[in-house]
Amino acid sequence: MKITKTNYALKESEVTEESLYLDRRQFIKKLGYGTVLLGTSIITPSLAKKSTKSLKEELTDYKSITQYNNFYEFGTNKLAPYENAHTLKTTPWNIIVEGECEKPGNYSLEKILKGMTIEERIYRFRCVEGWSMVIPWNGFSLASLLKRFQPTSKAKYVYFETLHDPENMPNQQQDHLEWPYIEGLRIDEAMNPLTLLATGLYGKDLPNQNGAPLRLVVPWKYGFKSIKSIAKIRFLETQLESSWQKANKVEYGFYSNVNPNVNHPRWSQSRERRIGKYRKRKTLMFNGYAEEVAHLYKGMDLKQNY
Amino acid sequence: MYIKEPYFTKVFKPFIFVLALVPVFILAWSFYSKNLGANPLEAMTHQTGDWALRFLLISLLVSPLKRLLGWNQLTRCRRILGLYAFFYASLHFITYLWLDQFFVWEDILHDIVNRPFITVGMLAYLLLIPLAITSAKFMIRLLKKKWIQLHKLAYVLPILGIVHYWWLVKSNIYEPVLYAVILLIIFIARFICTLKKNTIGQTCE
Ligand code: HEM
Repeated sequence: MKITKTNYALKESEVTEESLYLDRRQFIKKLGYGTVLLGTSIITPSLAKKSTKSLKEELTDYKSITQYNNFYEFGTNKLAPYENAHTLKTTPWNIIVEGECEKPGNYSLEKILKGMTIEERIYRFRCVEGWSMVIPWNGFSLASLLKRFQPTSKAKYVYFETLHDPENMPNQQQDHLEWPYIEGLRIDEAMNPLTLLATGLYGKDLPNQNGAPLRLVVPWKYGFKSIKSIAKIRFLETQLESSWQKANKVEYGFYSNVNPNVNHPRWSQSRERRIGKYRKRKTLMFNGYAEEVAHLYKGMDLKQNY
Repeated sequence: MYIKEPYFTKVFKPFIFVLALVPVFILAWSFYSKNLGANPLEAMTHQTGDWALRFLLISLLVSPLKRLLGWNQLTRCRRILGLYAFFYASLHFITYLWLDQFFVWEDILHDIVNRPFITVGMLAYLLLIPLAITSAKFMIRLLKKKWIQLHKLAYVLPILGIVHYWWLVKSNIYEPVLYAVILLIIFIARFICTLKKNTIGQTCE
């Protein structure tokens, strides 16, 4: 498997200074990289490059990223996924692909990962609850996978579903949300080079609580769009309602782009608290990715299409 | 039930006084020793809010408990428990103003006006202030009937607290429901008492 390093949008230089990055390399070494999953090493951290440019945003520490999660399948408090997600069975893992595409089917994870180049991408992650992180993901662009299934011209939307397995995802026996968790993107959003399918973070396989073995990362949208532990991909001509839309249409729209100007009844979206820091900072339009994605919404009223 | 004087005044009441401080010490210690998780300020907001609501309910539980156990002395703990509700609510409010918002008044005002759950929380806190101020014994004598009327607010506050909580949770309403059930039991106990009061002339406050 080829490994390269690409840093879309959040340039490495923007994110981390050398010392930090070196720390991280040591950290990864300590963890022992090249973790083996399904007989294939799906992530190998890229250790080759050093950043020398100035620091703007530092990485959120590994512990916070893996012990402060929303993954309601394992409980609704932030620590619950860390404590409970070990019951998730990630081997074997299959992903069903259906709908408006030439190559539907039931694909094993090995097959999906075959030939993919795992990159490291450092992205901001902004939760609708008003906190944020900077996470070094490992993964590949969603577009590179979706193209393989050859979506037809009718494929206007892509929807994803989390595994539905109440026995191993205990909280799915509760009705806090409608299961399985479902989220979707417009096809052009899905094909945007920023949109990532993550297989790991900090050069390590994804911990279960972070959405193992494969999760979506859409850095310019609120975190709940970045669906975890994907078991199904559907190409559709029309929109469906996502789990959060079903739970509360007024608060959660289809787009859910990070937007400091659109008020949310519970949390101010104009500022955010970076985990590990106390004072809040201003939230950026599209979470700071306007340059890459603003064109997708040209002419749209983003207050209406929240 | 009965605890002999001076043990009630010299031992039991100070014990309650100290016990009620345990949560704030645990919270302070957890903060100091970095045991509040990845988002300690959120944990502080949540824990102080939880204890404010709990003490509002605990202070209302005194009367039914007194009747249940036939333990009249218990009434003498009610004032301090109510004041602890005010104490934790104040910590909660200060945590919000300072650690959550860092005194950015524009945002705070915006929150109070635009976020229904904060509006209700603010209302609850404002209504709690006069109760705290008039909690001293001489105030009871001074205000007489008005005092009793004013302190009926104690039954309104947990309703507001629960609504505040209910509106802020995203999807798991288990805890606000739990508090609502406790409050309902308190109301039922009081209702039963007022029914009886008409026949045997006992007070229910
Ligand atoms: C007597 C008055 C109040 C009571 C009893 C109360 C109670 C609570 C409770 C029980 C919680 C939830 C804790 C948890 O999730 O475990 C909470 C959260 C919160 N309260 Fe209050 N509260 C009061 C007043 C206020 C006031 C005056 C404000 C601000 C102006 C406020 C702001 C908040 C905030 C920001 C949260 C956290 C919301 C979140 O995490 O999304 N509260 N409060």
